[in-house]
Amino acid sequence: MTEPTLTETPQQADRATTIYEKSVPGRRAAQLPPLGKGVEETPIDQLIPAHLLRERPAELPETSEPEIIRHYNRLSRRNFDLDTGFYPLGSCTMKYNPRLNERVAALPGHAKLHPATDPSDAQGALQLMYLLQESLSEITGLPTVSLQPSAGSQGELAGLLLTRAYHADQGRNPTKVLTPDTAHGTNPASVTMAGYEVVKVATNEQGGVDVEDLKSKIDDDVACLMLTNPNTLGVFDENIAEMAAMVHDAGGLLYYDGANLNAIMGQSRPGDMGFDIVHMNLHKSFSQPHGGGGPGAGPIAVSERVEPFIPRPQVVRIEDEEGAFYDLDYDRPKSIGRLRGFQGNFGVFVRSLAYILSLGGDGLSEASQLAVLNANYLKKRLSEGRAGKYLPVAFDRHCMHEFVLSGAPMKKELGIKTLDLAKRLLDFGFHPPTVYFPLLVDEALMIEPVETEAKEHLDAFADAIEKILEEAENDPELAQNAPYTTPVRRLDEVGATRNPRIRQS
Amino acid sequence: MLAAIGVDSIDELFAQIPEDIRLDRPLDLEDGMSESEVYRLLAGLADTNLDAERIPSFLGAGMYDHYVPAIVEAIISRSEFLTPYTPYQPEVSQGGLQVMFEFQTAMSEITGLPVSNAGLYEGPSAAASAAYLAINQTKRTGLVASRGLHPHSRETLATHAVGFGANLTEVGLEGGLTSGEELEAAVTEETAAVFLQNPNFLGAVEDIAVLGEAVKAKGAMLIVQVDPMTLGILRPPGECGADIAFGEGQPLGNRLDFGGPSFGFFCAREEYLRKMPGRIAGETTDVDGRRGFVLALQTREQHIRREKATSNICTSQALNALAGMIHLAWLGKQGFVELGELMARRTAYARNLIGNLDGFELLHEAPVVREFAVRSERPVEDLLPLGDEADGPAPRLQVYPLGRDYPEYEDSFLVAITENRSVDEIGWLAHMLEHGQAGWGEHIHEHDHEGNPVAGAVR
Repeated sequence: MTEPTLTETPQQADRATTIYEKSVPGRRAAQLPPLGKGVEETPIDQLIPAHLLRERPAELPETSEPEIIRHYNRLSRRNFDLDTGFYPLGSCTMKYNPRLNERVAALPGHAKLHPATDPSDAQGALQLMYLLQESLSEITGLPTVSLQPSAGSQGELAGLLLTRAYHADQGRNPTKVLTPDTAHGTNPASVTMAGYEVVKVATNEQGGVDVEDLKSKIDDDVACLMLTNPNTLGVFDENIAEMAAMVHDAGGLLYYDGANLNAIMGQSRPGDMGFDIVHMNLHKSFSQPHGGGGPGAGPIAVSERVEPFIPRPQVVRIEDEEGAFYDLDYDRPKSIGRLRGFQGNFGVFVRSLAYILSLGGDGLSEASQLAVLNANYLKKRLSEGRAGKYLPVAFDRHCMHEFVLSGAPMKKELGIKTLDLAKRLLDFGFHPPTVYFPLLVDEALMIEPVETEAKEHLDAFADAIEKILEEAENDPELAQNAPYTTPVRRLDEVGATRNPRIRQS
Repeated sequence: MLAAIGVDSIDELFAQIPEDIRLDRPLDLEDGMSESEVYRLLAGLADTNLDAERIPSFLGAGMYDHYVPAIVEAIISRSEFLTPYTPYQPEVSQGGLQVMFEFQTAMSEITGLPVSNAGLYEGPSAAASAAYLAINQTKRTGLVASRGLHPHSRETLATHAVGFGANLTEVGLEGGLTSGEELEAAVTEETAAVFLQNPNFLGAVEDIAVLGEAVKAKGAMLIVQVDPMTLGILRPPGECGADIAFGEGQPLGNRLDFGGPSFGFFCAREEYLRKMPGRIAGETTDVDGRRGFVLALQTREQHIRREKATSNICTSQALNALAGMIHLAWLGKQGFVELGELMARRTAYARNLIGNLDGFELLHEAPVVREFAVRSERPVEDLLPLGDEADGPAPRLQVYPLGRDYPEYEDSFLVAITENRSVDEIGWLAHMLEHGQAGWGEHIHEHDHEGNPVAGAVR
């Protein structure tokens, strides 16, 4: 029994208990169907030799169905979620997830379709994938799309393996990949996994790539330049065409990290900027729910010269006198091969196509406009009052869909760190922005308000920041010890890594 | 809002994009549609697919038509699980983090290995993650895979091996099982890891412990892909000497979804804890001493370690892993064993029935749990359409032809059994196979082998 106290919220008083700790020997939920008429109850060791069989059952929970529902419902209430409150997590594009998309993904024709179904019996599914390929091709301005990669980082790795295949096909084997110091951590990790060496490029005073530094690092050993544009500072790199020409002239390719595509849909296209390979995060710009950390999908769009190398199988449309037939094309001799099983995260494709159909071309364009409007409005609000004083904007100019503040003056003058501000925001009912990224901004706060947030939420967030800074002027400990109202308070993360307890003992 | 920002139009905010790369026309996509129109359009497409509710599906090959209990959908569709992101702020993410901790415990239990991560994308890409760990661990570059390893896992390994600077060699099968002799010859002092699968792609239960001896003798790592739903009855890989076990998580609580999203799992011996790919939740306490959970060992990960990370994975499949955990809790300690037993017994029944039909024989006699391979006299492509081609395009029997992945078994196909495949449906499959073998013009009989009328084909 948990007794209510005056110093804890009811949730805090309700200590974490795992489903294993709720287990009672002999309890169960599942009732399986009978074996069926004619099927013998042969001892299993007469079907499979005893030495290949398990000696004792796995320790799984023993619990009833009502107990399972209650356990996970109670757990769910220990999460903050986008449907409940503002979630301006930079570079993550936490936009509303339309429930229509869940409904169409759950239709039996989608949800219960086996991935090995012969194409002749899966025409609707393949046509759906083809329509999504075509839509993403138009949005990125590149002719060919592979839907296969499971998430952005797998799209990156795919892109780098395509780069390798492209160069190898020309008898070349360059070893270096250039990435700006503002890049997402997945970029350098993917570069290493593709067998390339990371070469960092500096950022200029406007927040874009330092073109002189780039020029000095380009030679014929450069396989590609990997860029996010707008970058993680929310800045559109206006020198992009010049940089593209420099890299192409040296024989390299241009890779576009589409994490920030939400800023430019219908405004500008990576293909028109000169990029050869783009990955998109369907769980960002195209409204797939984030699921507490997935599932997502990371399709790639590529230029004509990279097309021969894309993963297989590829969905193709074959037209003859009887009409169109959609097929899976495995006959791609230059393909880099598979990145995963079957055809990709189809359920995500259904949701994202539903989103694209709902908005249409104009709607997508407007989504980006509103994302940029919201970001600039919130940036403006946070340039006033105490926020303006303690949290200056890194690279102050009109931003795209997100912007970065530096908490350095706040730390120096008020004695509270960006982490403290983030934790105090939790008490105000907001999810904090991305913190301590990008690395080149001291005490960074990366804020992406997205297009589906109404003005009043942006105002309330700005008001909360102002209030927290005001508190801190009087009593910095308030933020330093926050949060107070969350299911648990500040957690010992160092201890959890030093002495890892990662399963129930 | 524009006035507050100090601009006259939204367009001014986009002025930072140089004119020559602004898109000067609308996107060439259809106009937006109302909710009901989108529903009808996509429902229309869905309707043309022959899904497992419309025809009995005996397709497997790593993804199976299990019954997903109703509570799975009820829980995973809650906003609190559906709409947050990765638990970067643990104080408001205890639900998701505790689920990861419970999931890690469950996967560790069923694989018999002490360490599990919180999940990866899916099965075959988990093979690539395992190879990356093995290559970095052993400083060797040879990868050896049994031809019993899922063809998608082998192809995914080959794709990634190019980036890892590794080479992949294959070991053949004999009587449905990995050839011990060939394996011994293939493993050398340069071998980083050997990949086996249990049950293998042909459904056969391998003796992993015996095969593993040759692997260990050369100091290579033993990595085993497993079907989680068979681990209720099969000896877990951790008790067979595996260093890493991984697999496709779809059978646990996830829909078929034409191939994804599902989840992958990845379990290992203790010594690989700090080299694991993906998220790992760990138990800790808050400042008041309350129990809580956080993302542990983040210094392995790309957002901290960047080019030296153990993996590039960021967004993974958290919601799908939750579905897996709920299904495992629902089956529970007893149900998980019972389901394994049910599959083994029904599969034995189906294998006996189909293996004895005229024109068919078993491809191998090795023990199986839930999937078996059958050889056909008549070419498989002629066998599967339900009816004569002259009658126009026909739906096909939902079994897995082996020809694309195994030219050497072009005359064979796989049959998979779950608790969803009733004795009646198995009887119907046998009857249809018999028809197909004889040619649709031949009269077979209108009753199954037990004298019951044969049900109609496509629902």
